Amino acid sequence: MKELVILSGKGGTGKTSLTAAFASLSEHMILCDADVDAADLHLLMEPDVQQRTDFVAGNEAVIDPDRCTQCGLCKDLCRFDAILFDTEPDRFEVDPIACEGCGVCHDLCPEQAIDFPQKTCGEWYISDTRFGPMVHARLGIAEENSGRLVALVRQETQKIVSEKKIDLVLTDGPPGIGCPVIASIGQSSAVLIVAEPTVSGRHDMERVARLAAHFKVPAMVCINKYDLNPDQTEAIEAFAGMNDIAVTGRIPFDPAFTRSMIEKKTVIETDDMSPVSLAIKSVWDRVMEHPAMKMERLV
Amino acid sequence: MIISVASGKGGTGKTTVATNLAFSLGKNVQIMDCDVEEPNAHLFLDPAVTETLPVVAPVPEVDPGKCTFCKKCMEICRYGAIAVVAKKVLTFEELCHSCGGCLAVCPEDAVSEKRRELGIIEKGTIREMSFIHGRLNIGQVMVPPIIKKIRTFTNHWSVNIIDAPPGTSCPVIAAMHGADFVLLVTEPTPFGLHDLTLAVEAVKLLGIPHGIVINRAGMGNDEVKRYAQNEGIDILMEIPFSKEIARVYSRGEMIVEKMPEYKQKFLDLFDRIQTLAGPVKGVVGQ
Repeated sequence: MKELVILSGKGGTGKTSLTAAFASLSEHMILCDADVDAADLHLLMEPDVQQRTDFVAGNEAVIDPDRCTQCGLCKDLCRFDAILFDTEPDRFEVDPIACEGCGVCHDLCPEQAIDFPQKTCGEWYISDTRFGPMVHARLGIAEENSGRLVALVRQETQKIVSEKKIDLVLTDGPPGIGCPVIASIGQSSAVLIVAEPTVSGRHDMERVARLAAHFKVPAMVCINKYDLNPDQTEAIEAFAGMNDIAVTGRIPFDPAFTRSMIEKKTVIETDDMSPVSLAIKSVWDRVMEHPAMKMERLV
Repeated sequence: MIISVASGKGGTGKTTVATNLAFSLGKNVQIMDCDVEEPNAHLFLDPAVTETLPVVAPVPEVDPGKCTFCKKCMEICRYGAIAVVAKKVLTFEELCHSCGGCLAVCPEDAVSEKRRELGIIEKGTIREMSFIHGRLNIGQVMVPPIIKKIRTFTNHWSVNIIDAPPGTSCPVIAAMHGADFVLLVTEPTPFGLHDLTLAVEAVKLLGIPHGIVINRAGMGNDEVKRYAQNEGIDILMEIPFSKEIARVYSRGEMIVEKMPEYKQKFLDLFDRIQTLAGPVKGVVGQ
């Protein structure tokens, strides 16, 4: 089994559209949407949800005004400024958005007046799609624990991989280089960075490439909309060449990406012989030829 | 005044709108790039950096001479960042949320705190504008403390324009909380619309006045407009889908410099923001 994680650093470079296109070029594959914060892959895949489960993670402090003696210790202890003193009526309250769920106030309240119920922070799903199974999730608005939800989605993907003897996991990664990205690349076979040839696309690609190197995950890069700025395309490829990152190809700008998105199709499904589809196929062939994608990983 | 530029989806043009809005105002403005995982505003603005500060978080350090291995620190820690194994205390700094629980609960006063660097903040100037951004160190995960630190530099007597990170989880909330207005930048595509609806939910949860900028108008369909109309959210500006703008952006250049006709459009955008935000501190007269 191999797992390819599609990343970009910068958002909006085409990760999800390309993940979907790769899915339509693969067999015995499972899709894993690790962008739990603003998941979009389902918009192209139209998943038929088979199983829906609450994501319960972390806790939230709640002060019981009847038991509270207003000593103020919780407010002194809270490092997240989540305890507020409200007037009319006078009472201590927890700001649920600011609360980090550390439980310090709950544990140390001398009156045991602070409850600490578990929180449902989102949902995750196992679905069928026209290309194979898909595991995806939705993190609740303003919630924490995105890294834990990514880890959960990937674990559940692995369970299906062993049950169904699947060869390939395609993981649509989140933007950035923080907690959810780190949770999405650990133990994967390789990452493919979808870069766009802009000053910011290059800057962000370099940071996510350094992150992959930091965690010793082999990296590849492809350049989407390469014809927008050929100088930046060359600069990205030069950076890759100097940093042991395989360059897998260039994909031209094509309004077919947006058109296909509106029709809920992959660009390959829209026209598998168009120049952009041929470029994507060539990238895909080179990704699958990469040594890291030839090595079997233990499930 | 604090204007937070957010989007849900990445790559819709937050940085473009934030930086060009700031440039159009020209003075009495501070740009605060809070996308600390992938900060980009400096690439367009090229600020002269005048100050660099580390952002540190306190993490526990245990004095083995005082510790009696009672495990109270391990019991209070929800993050698995401190463990007592036989006669040894192990700390895992990268898991620590700096809540101070171990320090508060230790009966032997054996826990103290040392500083761990999460990232850096750089302050600077461009012409008559102030600039500040943060940068998460590679491999670190604690993003909100860096954003909160940037926001301590809010200048209440000028306009503060925050370039927020994508998404709707804790880093975005840290970049929108307490703003006078949230400008939601989207593109007229199914992905743009889907992530816009999530961002609108987040803004409503915080109760902040908001409006929409449609970037790359004309590239997709009219669903974003229909949605905005149904929700009663104003579309404050449309930036057309144009190869020329995309190329200007790709080179790290400013639209208002290369296409000066846009300056007035951004000033009009600011006027509409001021009207919708209502009376706030530190608004410059036009």
